[in-house]
Amino acid sequence: MAYISNTPDDVRVMLDALGLKSCDQLFADVPERHRFPKIDLKPELSEMEALAVLSEHADRNTPASSLSFLGGGAWNHFIPSVVDALASRGEFTTSYTPYQAEVSQGTLQALFEYQSLIAELTGMDVVNASHYDGATAVAEAALMSVHASRDARKKVVLSRGVHPYCRSVTRAYLDAMDAIVTGDDLDRTPGELAAQCDTQTACLVVQFPDFFGRTFDLDGLAETVHAAGALLVVHVDPIALGLYKDPGSLGADIVTGEGQPLGIPVSFGGPYLGIFACRTPLIRRMPGRLAGETLDSNGRRGFVLTLNTREQHIRREKATSNICTNQGLMALRAAIYLSAMGPTGLREVAELCYHRANYAAHQIAGLPGFTVDFTTPFFKEFVVTCPIEAESLVEGLLPDRILAGVPLSRFEPGRANDLLVSVTEMNPKTSIDTFIEALSRVASVNGKEQGAR
Amino acid sequence: MRQSLPPLLWETSRPGKRATWFSECDVPKTEIPSGLVRDDAAHLNLPELSELDVVRHFTQLSQTNYAIDTTFYPLGSCTMKYNPKLNEAVAGMRGFAAHHPLAPVAASQGSLAVLHELQEQIKEIAGFAAASLQPAAGAQGELAGVLMIRAYHRDRGDKKKTRILIPDSAHGTNPATVTMSGFTAVEIPSDREGNVDLEALRRECDDTVAGLMITNPNTLGLFESRIEEVISAVHDCGGLVYGDGANMNAILGVVRPGDLGIDLMHFNLHKTFSTPHGGGGPGAGPVGVGEKLKPFLPGPIVERTGDVFSFHTPEKTIGRLKAFHGNFGMLLRAFTYILVHGPEGLRAIADNAVLNANYLKKLIEETYPVRYRRPCMHEFVATPPDADGVHTMDIAKRLLDYGFHAPTVYFPLIVKEALMIEPTESEGRETLEQFAEALLQIAREASETPETVTSAPVTTPVSRLDEVRAARQPVLRYRSRS
Repeated sequence: MAYISNTPDDVRVMLDALGLKSCDQLFADVPERHRFPKIDLKPELSEMEALAVLSEHADRNTPASSLSFLGGGAWNHFIPSVVDALASRGEFTTSYTPYQAEVSQGTLQALFEYQSLIAELTGMDVVNASHYDGATAVAEAALMSVHASRDARKKVVLSRGVHPYCRSVTRAYLDAMDAIVTGDDLDRTPGELAAQCDTQTACLVVQFPDFFGRTFDLDGLAETVHAAGALLVVHVDPIALGLYKDPGSLGADIVTGEGQPLGIPVSFGGPYLGIFACRTPLIRRMPGRLAGETLDSNGRRGFVLTLNTREQHIRREKATSNICTNQGLMALRAAIYLSAMGPTGLREVAELCYHRANYAAHQIAGLPGFTVDFTTPFFKEFVVTCPIEAESLVEGLLPDRILAGVPLSRFEPGRANDLLVSVTEMNPKTSIDTFIEALSRVASVNGKEQGAR
Repeated sequence: MRQSLPPLLWETSRPGKRATWFSECDVPKTEIPSGLVRDDAAHLNLPELSELDVVRHFTQLSQTNYAIDTTFYPLGSCTMKYNPKLNEAVAGMRGFAAHHPLAPVAASQGSLAVLHELQEQIKEIAGFAAASLQPAAGAQGELAGVLMIRAYHRDRGDKKKTRILIPDSAHGTNPATVTMSGFTAVEIPSDREGNVDLEALRRECDDTVAGLMITNPNTLGLFESRIEEVISAVHDCGGLVYGDGANMNAILGVVRPGDLGIDLMHFNLHKTFSTPHGGGGPGAGPVGVGEKLKPFLPGPIVERTGDVFSFHTPEKTIGRLKAFHGNFGMLLRAFTYILVHGPEGLRAIADNAVLNANYLKKLIEETYPVRYRRPCMHEFVATPPDADGVHTMDIAKRLLDYGFHAPTVYFPLIVKEALMIEPTESEGRETLEQFAEALLQIAREASETPETVTSAPVTTPVSRLDEVRAARQPVLRYRSRS
């Protein structure tokens, strides 16, 4: 049998020691009529067969390449080889939550370093050891804001520029709290949203760069939000923070983010990394695990999980959240990634994204029938209004293995022709030019067909 | 094991060092709005290191960890079984790892097929009508479950149901989830046999009970021998029964929770189906449900029409619990694991996990008493031998010196000085015997030279750590001295 170390001899010795004839006797407490049911699954495969079956499945996908312009909450970024090499070490992958700190210092110090790296990046005081993904981090930030008001404020103002999935997860989490989620019925600027904050408002949540790629200036926003007694939550793309001002310096109280761009493959949506950071006064309300520095009995530096009295295994029904595991291995990947990038590497990546995205946007805007809204500056994503439905355009480019972008109609009713295009350091000029050429071809063919009708 | 910790990243940082480089910008540059950009004062203080620095740092860190790949890791309730390398190879395949979640469905049929087949496997293994793979971890599976219970009762117009019953042996996530979902948690005591106290349960069952959350086998490592009566009591008052799938490893191919009448349950794929624990995640916590809860599942789920797979959102869904489609990389590993086992392999997992636990219990129970005198399932809860001033924590720490990870300690809360031991099916008889020998040796030390035990560990990179100091003077990040 796969992965079992006992031989039939071992099994017999052990059964003898227990005075049993077969393993069946171990399950006498299970109601007899339901014991040992038939499980209708395919018979076991050998490792070789399993690899063949799974390769076949993998080959039916069209994975990202330099011709992928998909973003919208998961992005194709470069992953230095050291990330996989180090994060795949069995000492990291096959250990668990550091309950025995003395034999888990590797995990604990790496988490402490992750917390420190993200604190630098976001400009915040404290970072937890991670959430499931960016969307659950936003939801927990909204919950924490409500709790920080001792449940006196139950209104959460959400920008429509916050990723639609983050908004729906926030609604699912807040539903049970009888809280009100508002503000995202229309596309409003952060300034207009801040004006909606009142004495009932727990927090304002904005995203930077926003879902549509835009980089609204958040300067002064915190003052307006704080004047209403609410907290400011900023949801970020960590790559952008290599270039742009950190939300901490802009007065944010909580910073969340999707950490996937930090060395984590897109992997069809997970596992990712939920970044969660806040200011010191909010620590005791913070959900999730925290690694802290301390000393051992010989006075040497070491690390432990700390401030556990916030958590479910101690507080049970009074805990700040039910979160138990974090995304430890993904936090490790982010720590390795940021160590390898350094401040210079991260800035170079961010600048490459910016310049290439702007180049692509201007080229596309020059194509007949295509428009790009340049009113607000953007980082690595922008919205293209196409001459045909974005879904058909995407479908049309698929045979060339070009993944053209995310049709906004999936999220925004009434925006059938809008396409969200993402350009990163993974898309060199040659790929962008190939993409532009393909776009012009599809558009002109389609234009002729429409003209003929 | 390495005997010292490397310095922190910043402590070896030198200006100008770097580990990555990129080609020159190959497009005309666009002016960056200056007001938005970091100025010098906000210079990003990330460490500057060479690639070799980075490699040594994290390699040395890894060498201060115990892990399944290096050490027996009998952490009760965590199912620290061997994580096959095959699963890593599959998750690393480019067609999966580089596949974007918003790629057109037509370009994603391979990934969708995997998700669909895993849904089907889970339904079959546990006896449910439908499954959603959305939840990112066991605790989020619980949240999904309790939100579905809430939605189910509300949909029927029943707002009286405000309480959820939880046995006192439950994991802390159960009551925390209940609060998070807007319900009140009510604790039910255990009886002398280690089962739910059926009389106490029946006393609480009225029309305000929305449901029961039950872990079976429970955290004492015992199968609830009156499980059908427990379930009926809750069903009779209109409540639903939630199964916490934490201990599913013991009952693969032995009994299907759905057949017992459990209405919904989460699975910890990182336990039962062997996805790596990763130092504390990522996990995956799919939920399976019976027919009546199908419309409430968190979406999206994958449907099959002929040979084509597509996403579908259930009509009365509780909504979305994370971005995209669940922790796909973990789901893929679990799917692979089930494929190489087949029905007979799954049953062999349960047989060997339970046999190993009972054998290990037998080897130590004269010295480490186990309160409940009946066969255990995949784990058991022992208590330390009588020795002045030597506690469970000391025994745990001394085990580290013997080269073993410690069991789970001080849980479940209803057993004083608990040592919760789960060997899993991966371990062979020799390892169990060596571990038992270490425990017996420690018991001798505890009576003859107790200070050897109370001052342990002495062979690890750090000795016992001051947790009080960590909590009272929290240092939660590195700050440069400048």
